[in-house]
Amino acid sequence: MPADLNLRLGLPGSDQSDKSNKRSSPETAEDTASNGVPAAKSADDHETAPAPKAQIVGWPPVKSYRKSTAKKAETESGMYVKVSMDGAPYLRKIDIKLYNGYSHLLTALEDMFKLSIGEYSEREGYKGSEYAPAYEDKDGDLMLVGDVPWEMFMSSCKRLRIMRGADARGLGCAQ
Amino acid sequence: MDPEPKKGDDSPSNSCNSHGPLHPQSPFPDEVLEKVLSFVDSHKDRSSISLVRKDWYNAERWTRSKLFIGNCYAVSPEIVARRFRRIKSVTLKGKPRFSDFNLVPLDWGANVYPWLVMFAKVYPFLEELRLKRMTITDEGLELLAKSFPRFKALSLSSCDGFTENGLKAIASHCRNLTEINIQDSITEDVGGGWLSCFPENFSSLEILNFSILNGDVNFNDLERLVSRCKLLRVLKVNESITLDELQRLLVHGPRLTELGTGSFPQELTPRQYEDIETAFCNCRNLQVLSCLWEATSVYLPLLYGACASLTFLNLSVAPLQSGEFAKFLAHCPNLRCLWVIDTVEDKGLEAVGLSCPLLEELRVYPADPDDRDHRDGVTELGFLAVSRGCPKLHYVLYFCRRMTNAAVVTIVQNCPNFTHFRLCIMTPRQPDYLTNEPMDEAFGAVVKTCTKIKRLSVSGLLTDQTFEYIGQYAKDLETLSVAFAGSSDWGMQCIMEGCPKLRKLEIRDCPFGDAALLSGREKYERIRSLWMSACRVTMKGCKLLARESPRLNVEVIREEGGNEDQALKVYLYRSVAGPRKDAPPFVLTL
Repeated sequence: MPADLNLRLGLPGSDQSDKSNKRSSPETAEDTASNGVPAAKSADDHETAPAPKAQIVGWPPVKSYRKSTAKKAETESGMYVKVSMDGAPYLRKIDIKLYNGYSHLLTALEDMFKLSIGEYSEREGYKGSEYAPAYEDKDGDLMLVGDVPWEMFMSSCKRLRIMRGADARGLGCAQ
Repeated sequence: MDPEPKKGDDSPSNSCNSHGPLHPQSPFPDEVLEKVLSFVDSHKDRSSISLVRKDWYNAERWTRSKLFIGNCYAVSPEIVARRFRRIKSVTLKGKPRFSDFNLVPLDWGANVYPWLVMFAKVYPFLEELRLKRMTITDEGLELLAKSFPRFKALSLSSCDGFTENGLKAIASHCRNLTEINIQDSITEDVGGGWLSCFPENFSSLEILNFSILNGDVNFNDLERLVSRCKLLRVLKVNESITLDELQRLLVHGPRLTELGTGSFPQELTPRQYEDIETAFCNCRNLQVLSCLWEATSVYLPLLYGACASLTFLNLSVAPLQSGEFAKFLAHCPNLRCLWVIDTVEDKGLEAVGLSCPLLEELRVYPADPDDRDHRDGVTELGFLAVSRGCPKLHYVLYFCRRMTNAAVVTIVQNCPNFTHFRLCIMTPRQPDYLTNEPMDEAFGAVVKTCTKIKRLSVSGLLTDQTFEYIGQYAKDLETLSVAFAGSSDWGMQCIMEGCPKLRKLEIRDCPFGDAALLSGREKYERIRSLWMSACRVTMKGCKLLARESPRLNVEVIREEGGNEDQALKVYLYRSVAGPRKDAPPFVLTL
């Protein structure tokens, strides 16, 4: 069998032939403790493929301006995300790390765009309001803001989009 | 070199009601006592003096000119104004340290404005204001600029709330300004136009540090400013100033003792290269050098000429590789303090061990704190190499992804004089990577061997044993930072019972609950503050503590999605000012 047809089990995107300066991550997604913190695995467990880690707020304790030295381009989670509003001529950018929860964030968005968003409910999304907040997550899917715990939202939100209520209706339903 | 200002104990609980034994006649007339006291600078000493007897208390309060307030909510502007009458210099600290890492919501407080209003009334001759982790708005800066004709020095560390408009007011109105020092600011987009607002005849500046601000500064205005300020000795520019522009400023190089470079350009002509090299050689008296961003290896040699007298090299925002870093170090034989990024790896730290025998302080920051690229960074080997070559090392901040107990034991044997040991193993609860055991013995060795330890940050997999060691041995410990550690309430109890000099305690994500919190009830008035987040403390426990301790402010920061009984973020601190009046709705004072 040709080498490039070598079948094996592993998470999508995992590659065992990494560059030498990359070490294998000893944790997998299954080891996440109930508070979202990955439990440390034993030193022997190097076989499992590296999985994306849950980001812990404020850890490691490095000031934000130092974090941006490593990479000028911020591609992943948290921090500054673009916010677009349907119909608005230009986008805004906010640092979602500065908010301590959904209502804090939504109030800020309401202020910034001069609109009202309304109450979230699990069943019906933001029923009754003209606008609904949605976000694009790491997988590129458009999600309704409010479904997942705040910490998880912070680490998976890549950009925000304030949609007109009519367009957002489909998002709130569990189909 | 530890940039933190002097820590101290201003004993607010003793400040207003002191009366010593009654002696009808003092052996000294007031004038003599006041004259003697005018030589006493340290606020710690002054606090002790004020407790001796009533006339000493009065003499002290009339002669104190420097105010240090380690927690702005421990006391109020009114109380301070009543006690001290002749203040020229104020240092104020506000938010809990964890606010640097986004654990404290925006608008939590620590706005300096009410203090400025009081200072404007009572201390018109104020000359210096040094703030750390406080909010200062443009309104505040304008009030500052217009209220104090003798104002000289403004230092803002980890502050927010202002834009360039506030700085414009300072530049325009403060005729006698000697210092503008902005460090670690968390305000984005401040703008650079303020630098052009200094009047043409303004020439008193000695310290200018705006490296953290990201606004574009007009280079010509900066050049003229630097030329006419003949006493300028500290110059730290921001990214908007390129190396070839900096070269023109370095015509004044011999005056400078501290320099922060701007950004490094993509390309230089050979002529430019030569000119810059000469300019740096001109900086014969440089003691402190900081480099910004992407100092690529091609340009590093340009800096060599400035390094002979260097005692502090700050590369903490300039990721270098081990080879170029080692070459650079060879030109800095007198280094006492070094801040680097872990891109230099263990090999780079070996070079430190070889080239820097006088080193006293080392900080190694992570290039990739969120572990996106799975880079190695530094390990126990790098730390060991430094400890072998730098026996005078007493301050370390070390971010790494693996460590062993054995390595730390050896490190502290090589360097028994640690006063500040801040080890951050970046994966929470990570054991010794060779033996798989907890890291208890490592920190045990630190506290047993380093008898002078004052500040400790612990990490890795830790059981209560670590805290037993700390409580038993770290008798001089003043600051302790704990994260993802401990097994039970007993751990925290050991600390509260065992460390008599503890002043600041910050704890996150540990299994410490109400019993642990309450075990310290007798001690909290002797410490400045306690932060506990994501532990097992409940509202019930906090309320109980608050009820028992009238001179303690017990604050709970309410967050989304917590259940009503949990107290997920608790910040408590001693205060003579009572509950704070400016608490936002998400802060509950119990």
